[in-house]
Amino acid sequence: MSNNTASSSAGANGSADSAAPRRNSKRPKYSRFTQQELPACKPILTPRWVISAFMLVSIIFVPIGIASLFASRDVVEIVDRSETACIPAQNRSDKVGYIQSSADKTCNRTLRVTKRMKQPIYVYYQLDNFYQNHQRCVKSRSDEQLRSRSGENETSSCEPEDVINGTAIVPCGLIAWSLFNDTYSFSHNNQQLQVNKKGISWKSDRDHKFGKDVFPKNFQNGSLKGGAILNTSIPLSDQEDLIVWMRTAALPTFRKLYGKIEQDLLPNDEILVTLENNYNTYSFNGKKKLVLSTTSWLGGKNDFLGIAYLIVGGLCFFLAMCFTVVYLVKPRRLGDPSYLSWNRTPGGR
Amino acid sequence: MTSGQPLLQSSDPSASSQPCPSCGFGSLGCLCSNDSFSSSIINDPQGNLFGLDCLEKGDKDLSVGDTRFHSSVGESFGSVETTQQFHSVETPRIERLSLECPTHENKRLVSWGAMELPHSNSSNTPSASFEISRGSSVVHAKVGSRALSSLHDNKSQRKSRHKSSQFDDNVLCEEDARFIYINDPRRTNDKYEFTGNEIRTSKYTLITFLPKNLFIQFHRVAYLYFLAIAALNQLPPLAVFGRTVSLFPLLFVLCVTAIKDGYEDWRRHRSDRNENNREALVLQSGHFQHKRWKKIRAGEVVKICADETIPCDMVLLGTSDPSGIAYIQTMNLDGESNLKTRYARQETSSALSEGCTISGLIRCERPNRNIYEFTANMEFNRHKFSLSQSNIVLRGCQLKNTDWIIGVVVYAGQETKAMLNSAASPSKRSKLESYMNRETLWLSIFLFIMCLVVALGMGLWLARYKDQLDTLPYYRKTYFTHGKDYGKRYKYYGIPMEIFFSFLSSIIVFQIMIPISLYITMELVRLGQSYFMIGDRHMYDYSSGSRFQCRSLNINEDLGQVRYIFSDKTGTLTENKMEFQRASVYGKNYGGSLVAADQLQKENLSAAAAHRRWKLKSSIAVDPKLMRLLHKDSVGDERIAVHEFFLTLAACNTVIPIRTCDRSSSCAESQCHEDVETIEYQGESPDEQALVAAASAYGYTLFERTSGHIVIDVNGEKLRFDVLGLHEFDSLRKRMSVVIRFPNDDVKVLVKGADTSMFSILAKDNERDHHVRHATQCHLTEYSSQGLRTLVVAARDLSEAELELWQCRFDDASTSLTDRATKLRQTAALIECDLNVLGATGIEDKLQDGVPEAIESLRQAGIKVWVLTGDKQETAISIGLSCKLLTMDMEQIIINGNSENECRKLLADAKAKHGVKTSDGGNRNLKCNKNAEIDYLEISEGKKEGIVKVPLALIIDGNSLVYILEKDLESELFDLATSCKVVLCCRVAPLQKAAIVDLIKSRTDDMTLAIGDGANDVSMIQMADVGVGICGQEGRQAVMASDFAMGQFRFLNRLLLVHGHWNYQRIGYLVLYNFYRNAVFVLMLFWYILCTAFSTTSALTDWSSVFYSVIYTSVPTIVVGTLDKDLSHRTLLQYPKLYGAGYRQEAYNMHLFWITMADTLWQSLVLFSIPLFIYKESTIDIWSMGSLWTIAVVILVNIHLAMDVQRWVFITHVAVWGSVIITFACMVVLDSIPVFPNYGTIYHLAKSPTYWLTILLIIVIALLPRFLFKVVHQIFWPSDIQIAREAEILRRGPDHLRPRLDGRSS
Repeated sequence: MSNNTASSSAGANGSADSAAPRRNSKRPKYSRFTQQELPACKPILTPRWVISAFMLVSIIFVPIGIASLFASRDVVEIVDRSETACIPAQNRSDKVGYIQSSADKTCNRTLRVTKRMKQPIYVYYQLDNFYQNHQRCVKSRSDEQLRSRSGENETSSCEPEDVINGTAIVPCGLIAWSLFNDTYSFSHNNQQLQVNKKGISWKSDRDHKFGKDVFPKNFQNGSLKGGAILNTSIPLSDQEDLIVWMRTAALPTFRKLYGKIEQDLLPNDEILVTLENNYNTYSFNGKKKLVLSTTSWLGGKNDFLGIAYLIVGGLCFFLAMCFTVVYLVKPRRLGDPSYLSWNRTPGGR
Repeated sequence: MTSGQPLLQSSDPSASSQPCPSCGFGSLGCLCSNDSFSSSIINDPQGNLFGLDCLEKGDKDLSVGDTRFHSSVGESFGSVETTQQFHSVETPRIERLSLECPTHENKRLVSWGAMELPHSNSSNTPSASFEISRGSSVVHAKVGSRALSSLHDNKSQRKSRHKSSQFDDNVLCEEDARFIYINDPRRTNDKYEFTGNEIRTSKYTLITFLPKNLFIQFHRVAYLYFLAIAALNQLPPLAVFGRTVSLFPLLFVLCVTAIKDGYEDWRRHRSDRNENNREALVLQSGHFQHKRWKKIRAGEVVKICADETIPCDMVLLGTSDPSGIAYIQTMNLDGESNLKTRYARQETSSALSEGCTISGLIRCERPNRNIYEFTANMEFNRHKFSLSQSNIVLRGCQLKNTDWIIGVVVYAGQETKAMLNSAASPSKRSKLESYMNRETLWLSIFLFIMCLVVALGMGLWLARYKDQLDTLPYYRKTYFTHGKDYGKRYKYYGIPMEIFFSFLSSIIVFQIMIPISLYITMELVRLGQSYFMIGDRHMYDYSSGSRFQCRSLNINEDLGQVRYIFSDKTGTLTENKMEFQRASVYGKNYGGSLVAADQLQKENLSAAAAHRRWKLKSSIAVDPKLMRLLHKDSVGDERIAVHEFFLTLAACNTVIPIRTCDRSSSCAESQCHEDVETIEYQGESPDEQALVAAASAYGYTLFERTSGHIVIDVNGEKLRFDVLGLHEFDSLRKRMSVVIRFPNDDVKVLVKGADTSMFSILAKDNERDHHVRHATQCHLTEYSSQGLRTLVVAARDLSEAELELWQCRFDDASTSLTDRATKLRQTAALIECDLNVLGATGIEDKLQDGVPEAIESLRQAGIKVWVLTGDKQETAISIGLSCKLLTMDMEQIIINGNSENECRKLLADAKAKHGVKTSDGGNRNLKCNKNAEIDYLEISEGKKEGIVKVPLALIIDGNSLVYILEKDLESELFDLATSCKVVLCCRVAPLQKAAIVDLIKSRTDDMTLAIGDGANDVSMIQMADVGVGICGQEGRQAVMASDFAMGQFRFLNRLLLVHGHWNYQRIGYLVLYNFYRNAVFVLMLFWYILCTAFSTTSALTDWSSVFYSVIYTSVPTIVVGTLDKDLSHRTLLQYPKLYGAGYRQEAYNMHLFWITMADTLWQSLVLFSIPLFIYKESTIDIWSMGSLWTIAVVILVNIHLAMDVQRWVFITHVAVWGSVIITFACMVVLDSIPVFPNYGTIYHLAKSPTYWLTILLIIVIALLPRFLFKVVHQIFWPSDIQIAREAEILRRGPDHLRPRLDGRSS
């Protein structure tokens, strides 16, 4: 708005200039811009500003902190660590050998619900010390291939898991190859708890990223099996476990959504989990956890956000108080020329 | 003294056609004379002395050689036998050789040189040093040659005894000569590869553009760094980024620069084309026909008509003026707007007017860039004569006041002096930038450490999982799939190599730690700053209509750190616009009260004015008493003296009146003449212009001047005076005289000159004269004590006999080819004697507007102002007093030593007396700091100690400086000078000015600024850290050499205190912010890499990484760096002491750097770890995380910047918030492309409140310490700038409306 006035005044001056003698034609045209006199806001840290800034932060932060803390507290989360427990005691000295053997790896776990869990209850598996974000892993995929059939042979980025005997692997790459292959089934009071595995991936991924006409091919045909085998008759867009897995985790400890239980669980309910312990995390001492969790508006259980907000809000409140005290006790007159260094030096007065 | 060297150098026989040894010597002599002026004495005294000796000898014996010369002119120059007289020890040998000379064939020339060499051991040294002097002359070519000559005069006088050989007329040596056959371009261009007249200022053609431009661009280290990084990224094991992505920044920068260069070059092409296709009249088969400039060749005869531009360097053959005079304006060449006279040689000009066909031969020196020298000779109609500077007109000049000239082309195209001079002056580097390099080194160390950590981590991790490398689901070292690669290793080269590669790839990831983009940003910001400096209306000079100019773009911020100003006096502090103030006529003093001439005329003298059909361009105040005396009809001695006095003023000069019809302006006045002419006086000396203008104001108007006569309008009556002869001013006589025949056939000689030279030649007999003389002398002392420049005017009648004798001698002397100057001097002495003194004049060299105020506030700002002037000590002191540089309460230390010991003693005394401590070189820096502080707390300290410190002023003259600067007294002078408040150096030569600047520059870290307007200031301007030129009366050499140029001294105040301060604050902040901005990003990547098994994964997408410094965050830095300002110009001018922040380096220093880096570390940790904690054990994927980090870091750095912005204008808002929005937009676009793995991320994230809360939390926590620090600092330890800013903003009350009013009124 203020800019408009500036330009109009510049225009007025411009015409005045042209009327002036020709000799002055080289004189710079007046405009607030060239004279660096544009209307400006010059913020200054007056005590009032400082105190109100701190107060503002604390006023915003404390409620958010409380709200998110409550949200986090509302979330019920059951975590069950299973990687050691699911190996028979006699095999625990050679876990890698056991997992690579063809023995039956079914394992039963019992979970106890502590608080009422409202549906939907999300079922996650959590892996520790698994560097899905390792550069070799992150890069080893071909999005063209996943997207459409025509890109099937775009495997150059998938090395070393790109072709087998000259034909392309679909889906190619290390990350797909290492697809998680433990399975879980839940029962509650001898009743099967249905785990909904539809809609666990991002819709955008299903619709646009993974092709409906792309079917697995040559997958896990190598001499070394990395993980799950895909049903070659289901297009990739419906292979939601794969889609979830392909969304590379950011950190070495990560959860991935396994499914949803669309049924409320009551306190003290006992849930029997039957899991197929197929995935080899033993070679790198990775932990495996099964997580059942409800959700809040903030997502999963995480007190950190709330606590951090509370701390920052509190700190800002404290600082606001401090500065108020300082301002009251030892005010400095703002812009007082007697504070200028050459006026302030001892003996100068 | 003799030298075979030049001969030997030409190993190519075809290049030299004269087997004549003497020519070699001759050339040595003349070349030295060319170069000696421009080469530095300090560098090679020997070379110079040698050259000057030659010149001296050459001058003295010119006449002797000349007579014989004529007799022996042969058919071709190849066989010219030049007579030589050698008085050296080697004479017999040389003579023998020279006798042999004619018998030798051209081909044997080489052996000639070889023969001589073994004998000429003695000549090796001088010739070698001569070579050095030539080399250095290129560097110093711009150093004012005129002013240096005085210095050389001294030296040559001292050394002239050691003569060993004598030279003929300045015959050009065959090596360095060029042969121009007049009107025979074919033959001229036959032998040598002269360039055509086509000029090319463009650098590229269509074909060479790409390779050449790239080659030039990669001279920059920054681009090489880019290239190296991009090349690293192309290596298979290291491909961190996509290969194309990694090339993007380099390509971007290259393209931008290439487009800029291309555009500039296209414009140059266009202007070249225009220039080359202009047409000129060229003599072709007997007629002058139009020919395009580019087709003109050396040797052709060209005719130029009035007001046309001269297409190439030409030797004048004839002009429309019968006496062969032509007037040219050299504005394009040296910027001087006054007309200069050039002469055609009488011989050629008369031949031309007789209509003979023109043919002849010119031998001239090789092309060089000295526009004040030209050495050549011409053979014409069997006469041989020399040509000099006054016979040549140079390309780019304009012909004025002359109907036509005809000349022969000697240098064309690229070889013209104008083209040779068009090179830019060497660029300077800003001090802040050199400090910046130090910090950049630190950043490279950080980079190295980070890469090392990553590499070692990688090594340890690999060693730990060595056995599992094949079974790890996320790592694969061999191919297991069946195929051609089965069992081979996949990108695995063993642990040591992996460590090494990991090191390299982390360099690629962390590359922007070294803020290469900063250099480009700084260039842009400086461009913007220059735009504002140029556009500042307060630095526009009305009187000359000149804007401020930024000629160097690299040192804007240095303006904010200046501690020493070295100023010239004449033209810099003063206007160099001479004004006639006082006159002493016939022993009476006039000029006490002055009235504008026009007024006076209207009052009572309108009768005289009515006759006037012309008016002066400038009006001058006159003394009514003197005016009345002039109009009295009485006849008496006094009346005659006054008459002659003004006649002398009007006639005895070289000023040319230029009349222009100016109807419109006169009609506006009360009297409306039909054709009123405006007369403007053009002359080389402003003093003369002032005198002529003054004479005109008193009714003696110089109306017309040709070489033969002048017309003076005496109170409306036009009188024609024949000019019989004119002895121009020279520095030896210090006077000029003119012999004129009055209309009544009286012949008089009119003389004006410096008082010292005039009183000795006055008539001594008359008692009445004695009285006048005495009174005049009294007046002269009075004038000079007022700081006026004085001249004495005298005249006498010439008797018939005297006239005849003089005329004979004069004709002889003025047509003499050799030693003309001396002969003319002798002739002048013949008539310049027994003069009757008429009076004296006092001309004021007015101080420029606002100089005292400017100096005062510069001094308050803590800047030391030193004045270095060529003037006399008395004048210097009086000017010093009038511009408040010196004040009465100062104690003056005057050092006028005539020997080394005297100087030493004077210095030591002064030091002892005023308690100046001696500093040794060891704690130089320490001392500087102390000095700064002492200065800073000057007042307080004095009071604390209870001693009232008397401010000291040092006045030293050039003579003493010779002893001091050449000996080991430098440090003494330095100690003394730095403890003085004011230093005045008078009678200093240009190179001494530079030496004084160097004295300070080399001994302190303080920034120096030199300001001057003349050619004599060029060396000083180039030596100082910042050179400022004043576009004044003395031409443009100073401006050409300067970094900044402006119209008035007082603008310096604004330039330093306002723009310098702003520029410094802006650049200082910009650099720190850029360091921070890049480091915070890199550190964030670094922390994440520690979480990815050291595998240089970046959570950010490739494009985001590249865009970060190019698109996401670059614009706000540039905008803030250009537009932000802490204080208004009013406040800055009101409190000059605020300038101290600059030289105390408050905006950029090591301390601030480390604070910034600590802050960076904190912010990067917050950036990294808050999301880490929040998304710990969650389903977050790498692209979401990357997206979060990208947004967070961009918002963070922008808010960080926003927190420091001191002045929010509309554009700042657009830039800062626009960047954040653009980042979001880019994220959305990047996440909408399904082929990218990060497809859809932002849509998903934006729905989650956690995401937004995380960003908010990051911003607040990251910036909290910084904000706190800032607040606490401002509350408890406010800086001066902070206080002034508060005062400015909070107390605006009455000031509030002022800016608008200012804007309108100005």
